[in-house]
Amino acid sequence: MTPADIRNEVVDILSDIAPDEDLSGLDDGKPFREQIELDSMDFLDIVMELRKRHRVQIPEEDYGQLASMASTVAYLEPKMRDL
Amino acid sequence: MSGLAAGIRLAHYDQRVCILERHYTIGGLNSFYRMNGRNYDVGLHAVTNYTPAGAKKGPLARLLRQLRFRWEDLELAPQRGSAIAFPGVRLRFNNEIELLRSEIAKAFPGQKNNFESLLRQLVDYDDLTQENFGGSARQFLSGIITDPLLVEMLLCPLMWYGNAREDDMDFGQFCIMFRSIYLEGFARPFKGVRLILKHLVKRYRALGGELKLRSGVARIQVDGDRAVGVVLDDGQELVAKRVLSSAGIIETLRLCEDTSTPEVARAGQLSFIESISILDQQPSDMGFPETIVFYNDCPQFHWRKPTSELCDTRTGVICSPNNYLYPAELGNLDDGVIRLTTIANHDLWNTLDDAEYRRQKMRWYDRSVASAVRFIPDFRCHTIDTDVFTPKTIRRFTCHDNGAVYGAPEKKLDGTTHLKNLFVCGTDQGFVGIVGAIVSGISMANMHCLREPN
Ligand SMILES: Cc1cc2nc3c(=O)[nH]c(=O)nc-3n(C[C@H](O)[C@H](O)[C@H](O)COP(=O)(O)OP(=O)(O)OC[C@H]3O[C@@H](n4cnc5c(N)ncnc54)[C@H](O)[C@@H]3O)c2cc1C
Repeated sequence: MTPADIRNEVVDILSDIAPDEDLSGLDDGKPFREQIELDSMDFLDIVMELRKRHRVQIPEEDYGQLASMASTVAYLEPKMRDL
Repeated sequence: MSGLAAGIRLAHYDQRVCILERHYTIGGLNSFYRMNGRNYDVGLHAVTNYTPAGAKKGPLARLLRQLRFRWEDLELAPQRGSAIAFPGVRLRFNNEIELLRSEIAKAFPGQKNNFESLLRQLVDYDDLTQENFGGSARQFLSGIITDPLLVEMLLCPLMWYGNAREDDMDFGQFCIMFRSIYLEGFARPFKGVRLILKHLVKRYRALGGELKLRSGVARIQVDGDRAVGVVLDDGQELVAKRVLSSAGIIETLRLCEDTSTPEVARAGQLSFIESISILDQQPSDMGFPETIVFYNDCPQFHWRKPTSELCDTRTGVICSPNNYLYPAELGNLDDGVIRLTTIANHDLWNTLDDAEYRRQKMRWYDRSVASAVRFIPDFRCHTIDTDVFTPKTIRRFTCHDNGAVYGAPEKKLDGTTHLKNLFVCGTDQGFVGIVGAIVSGISMANMHCLREPN
């Protein structure tokens, strides 16, 4: 997957978790939390969906890497490059 | 309810889940049945925690996101308006805190600012922990609201809809119930609780979850500090990596092979009789437009199990499922319905023989209705059918000790037990009611069954 594919996939997951959110104007550099209403359970779901859909394992100590779209894509890129 | 919610979460993330239910139907404390050609709900007065479509905060929004439901799926119609009725004072409230605020300002002008102060001091759901959960709600409230009558009136609906403890309420439970009733609100699906249950079961099954009815768990098998499986009433054995139980904390521990002494003393004491009166007209046509009325016939609110009589009719909850703002195209329910809940003593009901049990059901139906019609128009001459169920019924269908609707007074917020892979969810984890039970199932599944890879 290219970084663009990964971004699309994360957007897809987010729209699944929070169907009412408008994700078209998402600013990749800003934390998700400032732009969409996500609580800790929803964050867990991003991790869980990545595991379910792509078998990507994200250890708990890395959850902080998923703060914004840019950091998420950067973090996932090496893990999802060969998918 | 909590079991199904947990099951959906786990099945969604590809775990193999089996839900075991002793009863021949689903729903537990909030099931449904059919009698004399009419549909009845066991519990449902109101879905609490109502927030409108698009709301992003609060338990309802969280539940919808976590279960991937749309807001529309639950078909929630908001309440028309409810009231707390004490002798000489009636406080109306609805799903906007503004109404309660203005009612308090009118009836208790001196408490206006104190009420604002109370709103500021409530703790948010996610900020409640085992540490700040305990403590006396009465003491907290009396420290802010200085008119004892207003303290009693505010506590009345909150205790009625979610307090497992007699007399006083845990501070944390108080905050949860205050938010869910006064700051969020009441709603109901036109089709009642079966609509919610149908969605839960359909989703659970679609995700590959297995649901076995008439499959009571007789024992939880234990090896050292772990649960290794369960034995059903018919002797069948199932092995399990983890066990999540909504049977109640004490009831669950009793099932474990290694804990033989059940601590019945710690079980909840509060149970109810619930009567359903079918009327020959819509309740609003006979002058009762309100959704729910919480009444108490003296200045002091008594929240405790009656000891000398089968029921205590000084306080009660009157609810009409007709009095919700259903969409115009649905009209209203065919029958007028008034439900009435009254505090009752499980042990006393349980000792009656069959004939006496039936007689007492009729007697206490009459007495509780006679008490209620002091606070709403007398509907007795419009009644065409009735049903009553008692703590004994509740116990028989849910297996909760004492038929205790809100479970044991001591909650287990983190859901853990003495076994590493056995957890409790639902009522005894701390969240009660329909929304509470579902959120509990979700959070216990997340916390204990989804964190590590399968
Ligand atoms: C009369 C009444 C009115 C109510 N009104 C409302 C209302 O208006 N609004 C609201 O939000 N809430 C209401 N409630 C409360 C609400 O129904 C409960 O809080 C909620 O349903 C609890 O769900 P739960 O999953 O925690 O437990 P339960 O519903 O008790 O589920 C536990 C299930 O486990 C099963 N079980 C127990 N032991 C075993 C065993 N050994 N093996 C197999 N299965 C077992 C039981 O049969 C039961 O189905 C009401 C309850 C009652 C009784």
